[in-house]
Amino acid sequence: MQSARADAAARLADMGLPGRRDEYWRWTNPAPFMAEAVPEAGAFRADTPIFADMPKVRLVFTDGVFDAAASDDPRLAGVEIARLADAPQWAGAFYGSLEASGQAPVRRPFAALNTARASDGVMLRVTGRAARPVHISYRQSSDTSEAILHHCVKLEEGAELTLLETGTAAARANLVLEVDVGAGARFHHIRPQGRSHGHRVYSAIFARISAGALFKSFTLSMNGRLTRNEAMIEIVGDNALAHIAGAALGDGADGDFHHDDTVFITHGAEGGESRQVFKKVLRHGATGIFQGKILVQPGAQKTDGYQISQALMLDDLCQFLAKPELEIYADDVKCSHGSTTGAIDETALFYLRSRGVPREEAVSLLVLSFLADAIAEIDDEAIAAEILARLQDWLARHRG
Amino acid sequence: MLEIKNLHVKLQEEEKVILKGVNLHVGAGQVHAIMGPNGSGKSTLSYVLSGREGYEVTAGSATLLGQDLLALDPEERAAAGLFLAFQYPVEIPGVGNMVFLRTALNAQRKARNEPEVSAGEFLKLVREKAKTLKIDAEMLKRPVNVGFSGGEKKRNEILQMAVLEPRMCVLDETDSGLDVDAMKLVADGVNALRDAGRSFLVITHYQRLLDHIAPDVVHIMADGRIIRTGGPDLALEVEKNGYADLLAGVL
Ligand SMILES: Nc1ncnc2c1ncn2[C@@H]1O[C@H](COP(=O)(O)OP(=O)(O)OP(=O)(O)O)[C@@H](O)[C@H]1O
Ligand SMILES: [Mg+2]
Repeated sequence: MQSARADAAARLADMGLPGRRDEYWRWTNPAPFMAEAVPEAGAFRADTPIFADMPKVRLVFTDGVFDAAASDDPRLAGVEIARLADAPQWAGAFYGSLEASGQAPVRRPFAALNTARASDGVMLRVTGRAARPVHISYRQSSDTSEAILHHCVKLEEGAELTLLETGTAAARANLVLEVDVGAGARFHHIRPQGRSHGHRVYSAIFARISAGALFKSFTLSMNGRLTRNEAMIEIVGDNALAHIAGAALGDGADGDFHHDDTVFITHGAEGGESRQVFKKVLRHGATGIFQGKILVQPGAQKTDGYQISQALMLDDLCQFLAKPELEIYADDVKCSHGSTTGAIDETALFYLRSRGVPREEAVSLLVLSFLADAIAEIDDEAIAAEILARLQDWLARHRG
Repeated sequence: MLEIKNLHVKLQEEEKVILKGVNLHVGAGQVHAIMGPNGSGKSTLSYVLSGREGYEVTAGSATLLGQDLLALDPEERAAAGLFLAFQYPVEIPGVGNMVFLRTALNAQRKARNEPEVSAGEFLKLVREKAKTLKIDAEMLKRPVNVGFSGGEKKRNEILQMAVLEPRMCVLDETDSGLDVDAMKLVADGVNALRDAGRSFLVITHYQRLLDHIAPDVVHIMADGRIIRTGGPDLALEVEKNGYADLLAGVL
């Protein structure tokens, strides 16, 4: 573990922190992630917990520190659960390994920084089919807290786990998740990010997916002054599946809203299927960024890669910038990408209103309609229903 | 029921005048048909009545049960009892038919200070109406009009009408694109709703629909005006001779 941290520190020293000149930081200013003092951010006080009634093993982090008293007994059949501080042997070898290999071809300095300095995190080794989800629940109590958390998940062959990750970790957070999905294993990740208006979060998912395995990650972002969600996913075994989806809703009237999804999917084996489905709903000067790449390596035949990024502008003060990229070195592949920016469809709005649905409610229905493809990426119906309820709650609070 | 007086309408964005003084009185319980050449302003009339944006009323009035329609938002007009079956029903991906229809029904009831309908009652109501229109329960689970055939979309409009129980129903070419059996189903759906407290304005190009839905009054619209009003025979005349003679008499 110590050597993994030292290696990461060396990597970071070598590459340096990002600047606006960096190709993938042109649209998002990295400075707030580096500022010496943590910019103040009030916590979201009126919170009603999500997934409250769902059976799960909850692990609570308050301002980035594991809170044993607030957490469930960390025992679950088929899953070994440990803290970063008490990392078992497998984690010592695994920690930072996917982050290190994920540094090429594009550098991820904040992820290296995370590996070097993370103060806490959850280490999960999954050997069977987990009967309940593991729930990492973040709480923010201080307006100036900072959290650097690093989680590792290793699914052995044929194992299955659903990981829930919810809430605001701190006023400023740097969150890294490394996931190794073994052959035939299945990993579901659902992440409703915190609702506090001021928080700033950098997150990075590094995933390696083996033959016949499934990886699905869905993120819901509502509010947050600055969010940069990166995902570096590599398919290394044949016939594997990687889906990553995001729904972001931002209202500049709550404070700034700048939301950036930066995704890099590498197909390194045959018959892989990848999907990137990202939707952003923007109003009152909110900004959305999408940078998504599909790289198909030589020999990754029969790859099926798909990417869509769309923004729905609720007024004309918002901005959506998208950079879809395809790089393909195999000839027998099917890859497509699309990106659109649009307003509420007036014809559909009139249709709903003509049936008696009031304007604001009709707009909400059309927002949900817009987000439907992203939400459809959640397989579990009960989880999807809670995400939907949270969306409806946001929409109800942001009318007019 | 519906009283339209000297209605003049132009496009908001352009200087184009579409309706040039429409007068129409539909009594309670009556069925009126409007026929007329393409582009004469029939759909525009239906849109202006239901409050679609993009049109400007420059003169005249339209009232429903004595209430000034033109002063209301589209949703208020619906709650007041107006319903428009669209010539081109709109697809709304990701919003289930049932959710949509229940939201609409309860919004209208709320606006009228009536109690909301529970999920159970609603389900029962819709199933019953869907059955008579031969609408598959599976179809109701799908998003609004998504993947529906042309005929299914039109039947879905009639289903919405049956569930919302409006006072004044405007049907814009609900018969176009329907096969013979579907037209019969739609007509039966309309006839089932006919009663002394409900009126219909049926826009159509074909006499055939009027064989099934017998109108009390037939109007011919041309160039933004109603140029002729008569009984059911007028539709037969149009079917036989086209509009040439009628238009020649006026223009
Ligand atoms: N939003 C609009 N923008 C431009 N022109 C319009 C618009 N709405 C209506 N028009 C024009 O107004 C005229 C009347 O159109 P409308 O759709 O009301 O005719 P209609 O009688 O319903 O015809 P059809 O029988 O073909 O359905 C047409 O010339 C049409 O092109
Ligand atoms: Mg028309």
